[in-house]
Amino acid sequence: MELEELYRDIILDHNRTPRNKRQLDDADIANHQKNPVCGDEINIQIVLDGDQIDVAFFFGQGCSISQASASILTDVLKGKTLDQARAIAAGFHELMNGSEPNNIDDLGDLVALQGVAHYPVRIKCAVLACDTLDEGVIDWLNKHQI
Amino acid sequence: MANLQRNTPTFDSAKIRNDFPILKRIINGKPLVYLDNAATSQKPQAVIDTLTTYYETTNANIHRGIYKISEEATAAYEEVRSIVANFIGAKEPENIIFTRNTTESINLIAYAWGRENIETGDEILLTEMEHHSNIVPWQILAEERQATIKYIPINEDGELDLSDLNTLINKKTRLVSFVHMSNVLGTINSTEEIIERAHQAGAIVVLDAAQSVPHMPINVTNLDCDFLAFSSHKMLGPTGIGVLYGKTATLQEMSPFLGGGEMIDEVHLQASTYKKAPWRYEAGTPNIADTIAFGTAIQYLENLGMDNVRAHEKELTTYALDSLTKIGARVFGPTNIEERGGVLSFWYQDIHPHDLATALDTDGIAVRAGHHCAQPLMNVLKVPATTRASLYIYTTKQDIDMLITSLMKAGKFFNNGT
Ligand SMILES: Cc1ncc(COP(=O)(O)O)c(C=O)c1O
Repeated sequence: MELEELYRDIILDHNRTPRNKRQLDDADIANHQKNPVCGDEINIQIVLDGDQIDVAFFFGQGCSISQASASILTDVLKGKTLDQARAIAAGFHELMNGSEPNNIDDLGDLVALQGVAHYPVRIKCAVLACDTLDEGVIDWLNKHQI
Repeated sequence: MANLQRNTPTFDSAKIRNDFPILKRIINGKPLVYLDNAATSQKPQAVIDTLTTYYETTNANIHRGIYKISEEATAAYEEVRSIVANFIGAKEPENIIFTRNTTESINLIAYAWGRENIETGDEILLTEMEHHSNIVPWQILAEERQATIKYIPINEDGELDLSDLNTLINKKTRLVSFVHMSNVLGTINSTEEIIERAHQAGAIVVLDAAQSVPHMPINVTNLDCDFLAFSSHKMLGPTGIGVLYGKTATLQEMSPFLGGGEMIDEVHLQASTYKKAPWRYEAGTPNIADTIAFGTAIQYLENLGMDNVRAHEKELTTYALDSLTKIGARVFGPTNIEERGGVLSFWYQDIHPHDLATALDTDGIAVRAGHHCAQPLMNVLKVPATTRASLYIYTTKQDIDMLITSLMKAGKFFNNGT
């Protein structure tokens, strides 16, 4: 496998110029996860409009796979419902397992990370943002008894 | 014979490489360049053959059978104790306890020595450059005994800062445990001052020699440490076998580690008596085959001569330091070759170590990326992780050249687009 297949241009681009990289003081949903093995860290913050995601932000540090996936994810999340957001996180896991999820169209540019499936040791870098999102959404849903 | 060869000035890496079957492997269409020797070393054919031959001709349980092959297996196993003792300059084979690895060796001390000797308010002194295996066992012990752990700081050059040693080691200090050669920085810590001061204060000294014993001549009697721990798998031997050296008096005083067969004299229903050291600390059927193959690994190193091993690595480390610096990599740790071994942790063009390691892997180059089981040290260096290339006897200048070429390629890829 060549490096270009893993690091698609979209990934390199998001890594060099991350989108939605900001730290909010008053997000509706805020969650943080760290990968203890490699030290990658992601914070996801979401501003809601009803049960729809108005905007999503991230900040953190780590390898380009972890940071680019967070950057792409925050783009993808705009306008999605919380249920759709959870389905995106689940669909992304399927993608990392080498299969094609039903909601692949909802995944948008996250599909560019498909090549990571061939690098088992790097999958944990790619899924960190989605896992951080999913945990944050679950917490919010529990708190709001939905 | 070993002595004669010890003085041979030539060190033929090309010839040595032929002894290591794995170095013929092709990864992604390219020859394997193995630069992760600090994690584990590769094994020469002689070690692999010893394992096979043992199982094909000698396999039996030891210290029990009154028959030919059991006697042979016992003799071969016990002979390795002498080989190890001789290799590290221990006075007697009885100073050598076989464990699973460095980690178990350190845990053995924390359990068998620590639980009897550490009391409330006592201090344990470590350093800021320790592997997790020389931190966590002491934290468990300290919590149980309500003792305090203190740390010798390191300076920006990656060396221990001993300026406060006289207060760090005081009358409450019972144990000082530190790494002989850092697995992140390559720093070779000078031992004399710390050991002398510790002994003056009545503390014992543990040396984590996982990285030093495989790469340089070691003499425990001259070092005067009370314990020394290392692993076979980092020095051409199999996984699953490690060593704990201990001074005779200390070993004879300690309580057992694990209880069971092989470590007892007499077992009664309510109590038992134990064998003397080192057998007291080797409960159950040991890792016989791997221990015997470990003996072969040590003989392989002795034939090369540890002075020659160190000289070869000094030359290559100098070359690697120069090459890395030339392409703008920031190499951590000492620059003086006398104070460091062939472990090169670096930061290159702000490319995250995981991305670098993946890029190198596509060129068949195996390096380590991460915190190297030394998170507190990463905090001191103020980097989340490093990329680490580590050398050994079969490493050549070509290997370093391929590393440099691949790094520059990765730099272009990540920072200038493709
Ligand atoms: C300095 C140091 N100490 C301890 C260890 C632990 O060795 P093992 O995993 O063989 O127990 C290592 C190995 O990575 C090491 O480099």
